[in-house]
Amino acid sequence: MRIGVVRFPGSCDEVDALAAARCVGEARLLWHADRDLHGVDAVVIPGGFSYGDYLRVGAIARFAPVMESVAAFSGRGGLVLGICNGFQVLCEAGLLPGALLPNSGRRFLCRQVDCVVTNAHTPFTRACGEGDLLSIPVKHTTGRYHAPEVMLDEMEAHGQIVLRYAPGHNPNGSERDIAAVVNRQGNVFGLMPHPEHAVDALTGSRDGLRVFESMREAVAGPVAA
Amino acid sequence: MSAAAAAERSPHRQLGLTDDEFALICEKLGRAPNGVELAMFSLLWSEHCSYKHSRKLLRRLPAEGPNVVMGPGENAGAVDVGGGLAVAFKVESHNHPSAVEPFQGAATGVGGILRDVFAVGARPIAILDSLRFGEPSSPRTRYLLDRAVAGIGHYGNSIGVPTVGGEVYFEGPYEQNCLINAMCLGLAPRDGLIRSAAAGPGNPLVLMGASTGRDGIGGASVLASAELDEGDEAKRPSVQIGDPFEEKKLLECCLELLEHELLVSLQDLGAAGLTSSAAEMASKGGVGVDVDVSRVPLREADMEPFEVMVSESQERMLCVVEPGRLDAVLDVCERWEVNAGAIGEVTGSGRFRVLRGEEVVGDMPVAALVDECPLYDLAPAAPEASIYPAPARTLETDEPGPVLLALLASPNLASRRPLFEQYDCLVQSRTLRRPGQADAAVLALPGGGALGVSIDGNGRRVACDPERGAMEAVFECAANLACVGAEPLGLTNCLNFGNPEKPHIAWQLERAVTGLAAACEALEVPVVGGNVSLYNEGPEGPIYPTPVVGMVGRLPDVARAGRLGFARAGDAIALAGEPFLPSLAGSELARLRGEPLPDHLGEWEAEKVARAIAAVRDAVRDGSLVSAHDVAEGGFAVALAECCLAGAIGARVDTGAAEDPLGLLFGEGPGGFVVSGPREALAALAERIEVFVCGEVGGERLEIAMEPARIDLSLDELGRAHAGGLAGCFD
Repeated sequence: MRIGVVRFPGSCDEVDALAAARCVGEARLLWHADRDLHGVDAVVIPGGFSYGDYLRVGAIARFAPVMESVAAFSGRGGLVLGICNGFQVLCEAGLLPGALLPNSGRRFLCRQVDCVVTNAHTPFTRACGEGDLLSIPVKHTTGRYHAPEVMLDEMEAHGQIVLRYAPGHNPNGSERDIAAVVNRQGNVFGLMPHPEHAVDALTGSRDGLRVFESMREAVAGPVAA
Repeated sequence: MSAAAAAERSPHRQLGLTDDEFALICEKLGRAPNGVELAMFSLLWSEHCSYKHSRKLLRRLPAEGPNVVMGPGENAGAVDVGGGLAVAFKVESHNHPSAVEPFQGAATGVGGILRDVFAVGARPIAILDSLRFGEPSSPRTRYLLDRAVAGIGHYGNSIGVPTVGGEVYFEGPYEQNCLINAMCLGLAPRDGLIRSAAAGPGNPLVLMGASTGRDGIGGASVLASAELDEGDEAKRPSVQIGDPFEEKKLLECCLELLEHELLVSLQDLGAAGLTSSAAEMASKGGVGVDVDVSRVPLREADMEPFEVMVSESQERMLCVVEPGRLDAVLDVCERWEVNAGAIGEVTGSGRFRVLRGEEVVGDMPVAALVDECPLYDLAPAAPEASIYPAPARTLETDEPGPVLLALLASPNLASRRPLFEQYDCLVQSRTLRRPGQADAAVLALPGGGALGVSIDGNGRRVACDPERGAMEAVFECAANLACVGAEPLGLTNCLNFGNPEKPHIAWQLERAVTGLAAACEALEVPVVGGNVSLYNEGPEGPIYPTPVVGMVGRLPDVARAGRLGFARAGDAIALAGEPFLPSLAGSELARLRGEPLPDHLGEWEAEKVARAIAAVRDAVRDGSLVSAHDVAEGGFAVALAECCLAGAIGARVDTGAAEDPLGLLFGEGPGGFVVSGPREALAALAERIEVFVCGEVGGERLEIAMEPARIDLSLDELGRAHAGGLAGCFD
């Protein structure tokens, strides 16, 4: 599998995502101004502060040339993983439902949290079991997931809520403890926790690796065909 | 107007130069300086840039060692960490700007120290900070704390460099004049480091990054080299505004330029802006420079040449490029959307010429600007009595249990979680020990092994005894490193003091530097760089003398990086030292009891402290200990409580009878450690230093029997006290 990691000016976690992706396959950086996705099998939109996030988080990055190609790629069923700022960008781009609002504590928060896998049938969680606990860090100021009630009900009905913060672990006031969502088609996934920072027991946890392993299985198996 | 009043209003005095200094400038130029030249001299001859009151003293610090790659004088010092890699690091203050505008002051303090590190070609891999404020009961303190922490986080988090450690203390003398010191570490190939010396007459001088505005004009002389007083709000325009996004682009751009070997030399623009960076590059290279202000991209129209030359607008770098590589340099800058252009060139004249198009608006010898500022001898004199008021008494009881809870809840000892959770400590995926897990941060090195890094200072103890207090700060750092198994490679320091023209401040400074030098020699650690911040005084007097020490060490085996928390029920607990000799003099308990500062600290010998540190380091390195934690503020009992809380497991300790239980439980001093592990491991350590095995890990309570004293508290009670101390500051 070949994974492309987008680098915007202001991306911070792109090298970490690249290293995590290399645990399961080949990986390369994709430059924000370049529409060419170089034939990758999956795309990661990494964490950071794209373009400084000065207007509103993710609001400028969605207009980057590379995002036109990412939107087309996702339309063809290609796997897209958005982490933190990447999740925000995907919501701004309309590739994922809902929005990320400032944390209820109004501050940046960096903390290891437990997440419960609530849908283990997505290309991003198929290496997990339903109900598994993943210990993964969060670090953000704007991570409170929000969507209208009707939309949340609909998302739940379609299994689009993929990870929830474990009881007592919701760090930002996200509605219904939502930590990760997937689009209706199941190929675009966004989460606030940073799986790329949980791929080595020496730095704290290996639980995040399961997301990347799931993607490898999904690409290698019939789902990607 | 009287003659005296007229003299007071003379331009050079308003810019902070003395009459003698002004006369010397006239002599060196052979004429009176014009306005541009006077502005430039006033900044480069300010304390902040010239170190005129401290330079002679700093020569006492040992700067040589087998691992030193780059010593004092460059943008950052650097040490060899093996595997063909070097680590560059430095600590710097941004005190006065932060006292005036804490968010931007702290943010740009971080931005400035990051630039110092990537200016030598190293990728910044970690930030640490050292903060001092007044008592948290004061609204001003809570405002400064809240905004400064937010500012540090804003810059470090946004630029993708983890903040991995730090320290904060709250004491009355910092009420008006808070301290914001930031340290940065960067990693580079050993032979990839670059110096700042300009070279090659005819080579263009390229300015990169943000455009130049009126922000920060005169920051070095107005803010950094004079005491704070009432009405400092009016100085807000002298505080710079930070833009971490601009710096992130600049950082990636500079590192790419260096990777492609496109630069002759590189320098950041910090205090005194273009004036100091161009002058220092020329001075180090023994060349001259021409700078054309009409070619500097401006944020505001109609800026005067002197304003362009002294602006402290942030996120700018200056480099020297060979003419044939200029286009390649500009291409890289364009790719990163970094503005860049030639603004002048290196000359063989040895002069700093400021041009506006064809017109020469300033022309000075580089040597006069940079190297010929008069250096002053201090006139130290010990004060007859302590110059600091006694702290307010906040503790009435001598009961050991309540005393322990009061100490854990004291702002100086309480959990730092409400602060460090506001910082990204993980980005770059190197962090093996995060804040709260060990006494020092541990960062994995690409070729194997890891760095241990710590920053420390204890102003109150330095105020008691400047020489021995400063020594303790160095030992504390080395002890923190020992607890993760790291051997010190080098040290950086920031000397935060009051007005050195006052004899008692000069005395503090002189004694503290003597102490730093002595401790560095005892540990055989070289000082590779640092910063001096003087004139830290408010209307009510000077700050505590506060030398802040940052230390970097290496440990060979990442799997054996130490932890502070107890971990396994049944492990033996010991107090290790050579021996540890605690004293309540200058301790946190003495502070809570409102005792005036004593004029001495407890007794200890440097060689024995160094021996204890080395023995604990070796025991951590061989993997035999389960936990190691140095005894610091609050003494043995607080250290035990911290080990329990970090590991979420209790302990039973019985020391037998003690003549002075409070002194043994809560006394402080260097060279003491709480360690846990199998009994054989403690016995092995006991062959090198004194090891008093006195307890066992287990349960959900901390029980300490020290006849006749007794402490018995649940982890919950300890945890609530510890967690609550600072939480209220961030509501």
